[in-house]
Amino acid sequence: MAVQTIERTAKNIVLTVQDYSLFAWRALVNLFRPPVYWTDLLIQSDIIGVGSLPIVVLSGFFTGGVLSLQSAATLSAFGATAVTGQFVSLTMIRELGAVLTGIMVSGRNASSMASELGSMVVTEQVDAMRALGVDPMRKLVTPRVYATIAMLLLLTIVADAFGIMGGAAVTVFLNHQNGTQYFHMAYEHLRFPDIMQGLVRPLFFGYIIASIGCFYGMRTTGGTEGVGRSTIRAVVNASVLIIFVDFLITHILLSVLP
Amino acid sequence: MTGASLTPASPSPDLNSRPGPVVALRQVAVAFDGPSVFENVSFAVAPGETRVLLGPAGVGKSVLLKLILGLIRPIEGSVELFGQDISHMPEEELFPLRARAGMVFQEGALFDSLSVRDNVAYQLIQELAPDAEIDDRVREALRFVGLEEAFALFPASLSGGMRRRVAIARALIHQPELILYDSPTGGLDPVTSDTIIELIVKQRDVRATPALLVTHRLQDAFTLCTHRFDSEQNRMVPLPEGQTNRSTTFLMLDEGRLIFDGSLHDLLHSDNPFVREFLE
Repeated sequence: MAVQTIERTAKNIVLTVQDYSLFAWRALVNLFRPPVYWTDLLIQSDIIGVGSLPIVVLSGFFTGGVLSLQSAATLSAFGATAVTGQFVSLTMIRELGAVLTGIMVSGRNASSMASELGSMVVTEQVDAMRALGVDPMRKLVTPRVYATIAMLLLLTIVADAFGIMGGAAVTVFLNHQNGTQYFHMAYEHLRFPDIMQGLVRPLFFGYIIASIGCFYGMRTTGGTEGVGRSTIRAVVNASVLIIFVDFLITHILLSVLP
Repeated sequence: MTGASLTPASPSPDLNSRPGPVVALRQVAVAFDGPSVFENVSFAVAPGETRVLLGPAGVGKSVLLKLILGLIRPIEGSVELFGQDISHMPEEELFPLRARAGMVFQEGALFDSLSVRDNVAYQLIQELAPDAEIDDRVREALRFVGLEEAFALFPASLSGGMRRRVAIARALIHQPELILYDSPTGGLDPVTSDTIIELIVKQRDVRATPALLVTHRLQDAFTLCTHRFDSEQNRMVPLPEGQTNRSTTFLMLDEGRLIFDGSLHDLLHSDNPFVREFLE
């Protein structure tokens, strides 16, 4: 009995991964074959990009502030508080800006995609769309995937900028250090590979967030309770996958762009 | 009703002289991760014909409708829609075929984030039709279902009966070659149910669109058979005593099998114990 349960679970996992891979691939390639719903792409960009701006600005700003506080405390032991700006900017741009934005946008948008599409599935709206001759993959999924990729890239840049500003605010107003020195160090030690590292990540994270959110939404069964389950799965899996993929990307990029 | 002498009403379409069926199911079986929902189901819908699918709740009537549009795939047998076998047809190729049919879902399945206008015009909007044409055609479709005043409303502010009528307008705006009604009167009060059935009779008699209607309400099925739409009076009127609409025929599903396929006369005189029990 236990063996059968393990076998069934393993098969389910493999099937889910297979279904997700096909789903995510179709969502991606749909942009290169008509019809393409550009209006939906713009609407989703507004919902995902502009809608997520406040949480990204706030989380970026305060993360930069915390980084500045923590690093200044440690660096002062070595008499190196002058490099706080370098520490904050490199950490935000190379790593934290993208990951933090990814997690925040995942919490906000993967959940909303899963619940919105899940509700449409359980109320037969997706079937109605198919019956009306419209492909829900093209109409609902592809615009969300590309909008999330594009918007996450821009939101990451915003988070980086506000993170550096948060660090500056703490450095100047709480640690009473020189602001010019902070910005000079933040800018002077930045190299092209650092920026590349930070801007490659959101492309992958955006794809993960939207494809997982839509995948669980479109697979929803079991009424309103099922919508809740899909939402939880979407957020949990998207967040975990973001951290995992971040690890892989870091490993690869450090060997390509040392 | 049972004792009435039932003869076809005149005029009526001569089904035998028409081209091939709009829908044809042959030895179809459907299953979802378990035993079959139904198997060996075969029937056809001819041009101009209205078929009423009867059966108890949970027997797979709605599944059968979705099967016809390729929203669900059979595990055995073949499904033909507009002369094409869609059993294994790729989803991409199915969309143009589905666009030629109209389906009214059980609860309406209106897009709740869109207004009534945008719901009814959904297909036209996707085809990038001009706004003025869309408005005209939506108003015409809403007039057909008697809901012109709902043009700018959202589904949340509509009653159950109004939602079904909007769903019917959405299914009809494209002048479909086939209409599938999934329990259009389910859960509605008798007056609203009569309004919906009148719309179905109107569509049948005015536009002669072939249809498959799922219901478990015998009263609706008999009304379809014993009434016609009078265009001059703009309302449904009963056929003369003893006459029935010849283009309206019946199917009955029970325990995963199609147990009846025939006219109202055959239904009323069936020896099948379940049919008799269902009728009584």
